[in-house]
Amino acid sequence: MAAPRTSAGALLSVEDLKVHFPIKGGVLGTTFAHVRAVDGVSFELKSGETLGIVGESGCGKSTLGRAVLRLIKATDGRVVWAGQDLFGLGAKALRDERRQMQIIFQDPLASLDPRMSVETIIGKPLRIFHPELSRAEVRRRVFETMNQVGLAASMANRYPHEFSGGQCQRIGIARAIILKPKLIVCDEPVSALDVSIQAQIINLLMELQRSLGVSLLFISHNLAVVRHISHRVMVLYLGKIMEIAERDDFYARPLHPYSQALISAVPIADPRLERGRPRLLLQGDIPSPINPPSGCRFRTRCPKATAICSEQEPAMRDYGVGHFAACHHIGE
Amino acid sequence: MSAEPAAAASPNRPVLSVQDMSIQFKLPQGWITAVDRVSFDLRQGEVVGIVGESGSGKSQILLSLMGLLAGNGRCSGSAVFEGQQLLNRPPKELDAIRGSTMSMIFQDPMTSLNPYMRVSDQLTEVLTAHQGKSKAEALEVAIEMLERVRIPEARRRIRLYPHEFSGGMRQRVMIAMALLCRPEVLFADEPTTALDVTVQAQILELMAELARDMRTAVAIVTHDLGVIARLCDRVIVLYGGRIMEQGSLDEIFYDPKHPYTKGLLASTPRLDEKVHGELRTIPGQPRAAMGDFPGCPFEPRCALRIDRCRAEMPALLGDDKGRAVACHVSGV
Repeated sequence: MAAPRTSAGALLSVEDLKVHFPIKGGVLGTTFAHVRAVDGVSFELKSGETLGIVGESGCGKSTLGRAVLRLIKATDGRVVWAGQDLFGLGAKALRDERRQMQIIFQDPLASLDPRMSVETIIGKPLRIFHPELSRAEVRRRVFETMNQVGLAASMANRYPHEFSGGQCQRIGIARAIILKPKLIVCDEPVSALDVSIQAQIINLLMELQRSLGVSLLFISHNLAVVRHISHRVMVLYLGKIMEIAERDDFYARPLHPYSQALISAVPIADPRLERGRPRLLLQGDIPSPINPPSGCRFRTRCPKATAICSEQEPAMRDYGVGHFAACHHIGE
Repeated sequence: MSAEPAAAASPNRPVLSVQDMSIQFKLPQGWITAVDRVSFDLRQGEVVGIVGESGSGKSQILLSLMGLLAGNGRCSGSAVFEGQQLLNRPPKELDAIRGSTMSMIFQDPMTSLNPYMRVSDQLTEVLTAHQGKSKAEALEVAIEMLERVRIPEARRRIRLYPHEFSGGMRQRVMIAMALLCRPEVLFADEPTTALDVTVQAQILELMAELARDMRTAVAIVTHDLGVIARLCDRVIVLYGGRIMEQGSLDEIFYDPKHPYTKGLLASTPRLDEKVHGELRTIPGQPRAAMGDFPGCPFEPRCALRIDRCRAEMPALLGDDKGRAVACHVSGV
């Protein structure tokens, strides 16, 4: 719970955020259980920082990204955005803040309206938030943004289906940056792309971050991609933070048994290294978030689990240089 | 079985030999070539990785060998498995081979398991149909196989329906089903792409064990070079329906010759990387639709291209140990 807190440069501060989805059933449609997708998550994001959020399917990483933008209603907790409580904002104030926060989705084609031309798609946020701009000015800025993401202005009149996956993702990125936002939530932005295209998009995001100074919440299941792009890394498991640390520190010294298992599970494209690597194979699959294990949520698959792990939830502890982890057995 | 004593004595005789296989699809604009004159051998106990971008034709090769090509597709060339021609065989004749001496696992287990049938019925059907076992015998063999792929409480779980299993468990059920008749050849089409890394690690371990212990020849299609590095003995690199390069695992990773192979390796972000600068990329996009053109399919994206590359597809030249490269500029 005692997560890293309050620094002056924080753009976004998430405090004990919870998102529970009701499961309804029966004839009366009564709620009989909750999916605890995000269950008490706290962290901060600095201006111009990239925080990588990793975890397996069902760990709540996408829900967290959406709840932070208030695209999903949080059950409990606070999100402080540039000094104000985001959940307390009225419709108009929220709308004004929304221009500062954007999202990029995993499936680039599905997130673009097939009946709109590329120019219309990319220019839409401008026309919504800046109705005073002339058509010529909107077009000028659209072309400028297309150029920034590596799309030729000659493509402006084409439709999404005429583009490959990588180019559609560039269109999505252009739409996200045209309002010069302060935060972009990237929800698995390169997972659907081929390796050679994935590298292009990662480079583009890193370059845009440098030139625009935007903060990124980079959600991915790919630990290698996250290592490449992030300043800090956060590991989620069943809606809870297991570990959060500076990038290099995290990969050199993962403290939580789950982080260690995750890292050892990723195959490295280097056969000699692979032959000599120790494997920490986890048993079984991730349990259901409807009825998560008592105490530490990872204990059912954890090689280090003991009695205390089922009785008591481990607190988030500081292991120096901003390295936090929640486990009873670190340092044994 | 082969009558030649030399072949029988060799520990690594080819079980499957593919020669000049081409696959075309009929589209409104005419016949489009998806795979162009691909040849390779598959030996006992060997794991061959086929790697390439989406649309490179890698899955179509496996589907054609299993006689599962889509209705608008046709294939030519030859694929000899245990002295029998596989390509363009009537489905009735293929049924004697498919599922018994040759089987396949797919990316999405839910689409290949029948949701209306108990797992026990689906598994025993394979054995009663191919090996004429009684139901009771078949059930024991099936339970044994589920235990072998490490499904806990197999005797109870075999009575369940596919939806009652988690994603990783379903993939194991499908692997168990594919292995029931102890096939000589196993085709795997992105078998772990839909799985979380911790579950992927378990499945890869399992497949390596099967190739080792049961001497099954495995051909695995994937876009993940890490998976290749962990599992395979030999690698075939496809681009635009053609083999660009093939060789042993170490040759491909430590001595790549083809510009596409080099680009692919360089653009993969690695979990163990020390530098975080720009990723090397392969510029441009893969061809949206393949036409019949005379040159090398990688030519538009290749940094080393010369005039000849556009006019003429380089032949796949190599030594007798299976090392081969198709490039005018950079050969073996």
